[in-house]
Amino acid sequence: MAPKNTPRRAAVVAGNRIPFARANGTYAKASNQDMLTAAVEGLVARTGLAGEQVGEVVAGAVLKHSRDFNLTRESVLGSSLSPRTPAYDIQQACGTGLEAAILVANKIALGQVDSGIAGGTDTASDAPIAVNEGLRETLLELNRAKTTGQRLKALTGLRPGHVVPAIPQNVEPRTGLSMGEHMAQTAKQWGITREAQDELAAASHHHLASAYDRGFFDDLVTPYLGLTRDQNLRPDTSVEKLAKLSPVFGRGQGATMTAGNSTPLTDGASAVLLGSDEWADAHGLPVLAHLIDAQAAAVDYVTGNEGLLMAPAYALPKLLDRVGMKLQDFELVEIHEAFASTVLTTLTAWESEEFCRDRLGLDAPVGSLDRSKLNVNGSSLAAGHPFAATGGRIVASLAKMLHEKGSGARGLISICAAGGQGVMAILEAA
Amino acid sequence: MAGAYAGLVNSPIGKRLAAQLGLPRPVKLRRYAVGSPLVDGPVLVGGPGDAPLAARARDLLKSEDVEVLEELPADGRVAAVVADLTEVEGPGDLDALRALVSPALKRLAPSGRVIVVGRNPARAATVAQQAARRALEGVTRSIGKELRAGATANLVLVDDGCEPNADATLRFLLSGRAAYVDAQVVRVGAGTPAEPADWERPLEGKVAVVTGAARGIGAAIADVLSRDGATVVCVDVPAAGEALARTANRVGGTALQLDVTAADAGARILAHAQERHGGLDVVVHNAGITRDKLLANMDESRWASVMEVNLGSILRMNEALLAPGALHDGGHVVLVSSMAGIAGNRGQTNYAGSKAGVIGLVDALGADQGLRARGITVNAVAPGFIETEMTAKIPFGTREMGRLLNSLSQGGLPVDVAETIAWFAQDANAGVTGNVVRVCGQSLLGA
Repeated sequence: MAPKNTPRRAAVVAGNRIPFARANGTYAKASNQDMLTAAVEGLVARTGLAGEQVGEVVAGAVLKHSRDFNLTRESVLGSSLSPRTPAYDIQQACGTGLEAAILVANKIALGQVDSGIAGGTDTASDAPIAVNEGLRETLLELNRAKTTGQRLKALTGLRPGHVVPAIPQNVEPRTGLSMGEHMAQTAKQWGITREAQDELAAASHHHLASAYDRGFFDDLVTPYLGLTRDQNLRPDTSVEKLAKLSPVFGRGQGATMTAGNSTPLTDGASAVLLGSDEWADAHGLPVLAHLIDAQAAAVDYVTGNEGLLMAPAYALPKLLDRVGMKLQDFELVEIHEAFASTVLTTLTAWESEEFCRDRLGLDAPVGSLDRSKLNVNGSSLAAGHPFAATGGRIVASLAKMLHEKGSGARGLISICAAGGQGVMAILEAA
Repeated sequence: MAGAYAGLVNSPIGKRLAAQLGLPRPVKLRRYAVGSPLVDGPVLVGGPGDAPLAARARDLLKSEDVEVLEELPADGRVAAVVADLTEVEGPGDLDALRALVSPALKRLAPSGRVIVVGRNPARAATVAQQAARRALEGVTRSIGKELRAGATANLVLVDDGCEPNADATLRFLLSGRAAYVDAQVVRVGAGTPAEPADWERPLEGKVAVVTGAARGIGAAIADVLSRDGATVVCVDVPAAGEALARTANRVGGTALQLDVTAADAGARILAHAQERHGGLDVVVHNAGITRDKLLANMDESRWASVMEVNLGSILRMNEALLAPGALHDGGHVVLVSSMAGIAGNRGQTNYAGSKAGVIGLVDALGADQGLRARGITVNAVAPGFIETEMTAKIPFGTREMGRLLNSLSQGGLPVDVAETIAWFAQDANAGVTGNVVRVCGQSLLGA
């Protein structure tokens, strides 16, 4: 008998998300905890786990209130899962959801847990607004004061400008540039055209709409607050319609990135159930796919050495080398559409002999990807992108798609994240 | 108890006024809760001749520690009367029913029960016997109209030699589970009932699927089946998924989001039940819609969607669910008809048509020799005025009328419909098939 901690494969068993809503839309007043709880509740209902204890629940949010210090555990306590289910929060920007799945899968692989739920939630509507930084410092000084004199002195630090709150910014702290501005620089550098971006965006909407129409999401999505489909989805959009939009990132003639080919701010949550094969079997649940490997990478975007969202390009060779595969071996590839140009830049970079040689240290380029394998049921441009919820959305959908393809089919997930990071994972149909 | 009228006549002044004017005064019905006794007091049991059903009734009452009375004592309430008239040969024998029940009526406790047991008139040996057997229905329905304070009267027709099969029905009608079942005729025939280990968990270990389970009556069905021990697969359209998940998690079952009109709906339900829960024992076809319009204004889409959801989808799903190896032998199918399907309803030609069609479906499947050989029962409930989100939207006057136009002078609750369905789903009730039981408080409509 093998020792108990010999690695085993972690199975993706089921997934659930709530439809994603546009910021300040249907979920304007829903908190991260509300949405994560709803996503978990739908998953529990789908899999019949009410009252049951799973090994652990791991989730996170990118925009997080200080009150949500125990977000995931609080969501578990608000759910139908056994209150004896442990939970913890993680955060890796937009990589949060996928990283949570990798963490749960690794613990399952090591036999530390037999099952777990990985998830993520984000709200751009119910955003954490903090007190003004100067006011915060003054109040802390006041708190530290021991004598009346010290207290009065601390209060002299108050300024009228302190009424202005600190609102979370979608900018990189070290460059002061928004993610879109960063991406615009990279896209321009790689010569990504407006037409190519609009085509990718239109395809995303059309693919997602057709997946909804044929019932693909019937066992992946549970309606929430009356919303039954992703609010950002525009089934009737077209390259022509998208071409009419004005650029919002970059400047002048070369600006190509519009509101149509960039993901909007979105609210939503997702959750994925993972387990060992034995656990799934004992619960009468299917094994859709196994999470067989994963890789994170980061780039030096601060000095301008590399583009902010290029890290996945660097993660891929390590991953391929370890599993002995080529990019072309995958049946399906899911590249998170932070911006249409992110996907296109990544694909172009892998085709570039120079980039693959000089940056990735490869003898030959990774090569091109058959586009019919890419984001076949739509991705973030259509569905929206509640930061931490995207990983769970993709893991669950890809696992189901691979399961439909048949045993052995492999799929790749690529997600770029703030701070110049990227997370990748490989799923294989059981 | 809902309703403006009920509130008025149960107020201190209203109570006196109602008594003086002889107005009906709805009372809170005795409803079943886990642990509550079968009946709240002694039960008078009798009948002419050998009265074989009276003997069974005595045995089952004693097994539940209920006091059995052979004749009416000088004073005190009786909780129920069981009158076994199975031995009647002609009209002259019917006076035994009057003699037994008449003195007990004034002593009947609130939510009391009068249960008349007879034989199926269609299987009578003589003309006189058939007439006498048929007379029982008229008597029972009239008793129902005479009773007050939540008491009900029902008739059970038991085939010769099938006496043991009536136990589950007698228990049901005596209990608070049958609170809103009034003036109904239940036919008990052949079958191989299996008595549950625990009558409080008659569906223990069973797997049931309920369509339209997100809210209303469907959610109540899931609750009751789960309370009685079943694992429940809760089905509803994807758009109702949020409420469906609540139902499924509340009952510890699973949620299956699908449209019952999909071509593969039956196959997907079956696969889910078999893969997740190891099989399927009970199917409750509850999903239904209304698209009301006067026939003069009825368009094709309103007509078609109602017929498709309420009737067509059931026929199609049954092809998969009732195929050999699908629903377990000895399983149960329960459909939901409607008062509208019996009495008709203005503006509901499509709905009433589909719900009358359900009755036809029960008639056909109840007589199906293949299903009978497999021990599968097929029955329907026909709800009357039930307090739901849907009836809450009916205009005030019509709603109050709906509530009052029945012998119990109140609307029923979703749980009342669910209890009747759960009784149809019992293995102990294997002798009841092809029945349509109204849960209507003896509504005056279609009576």
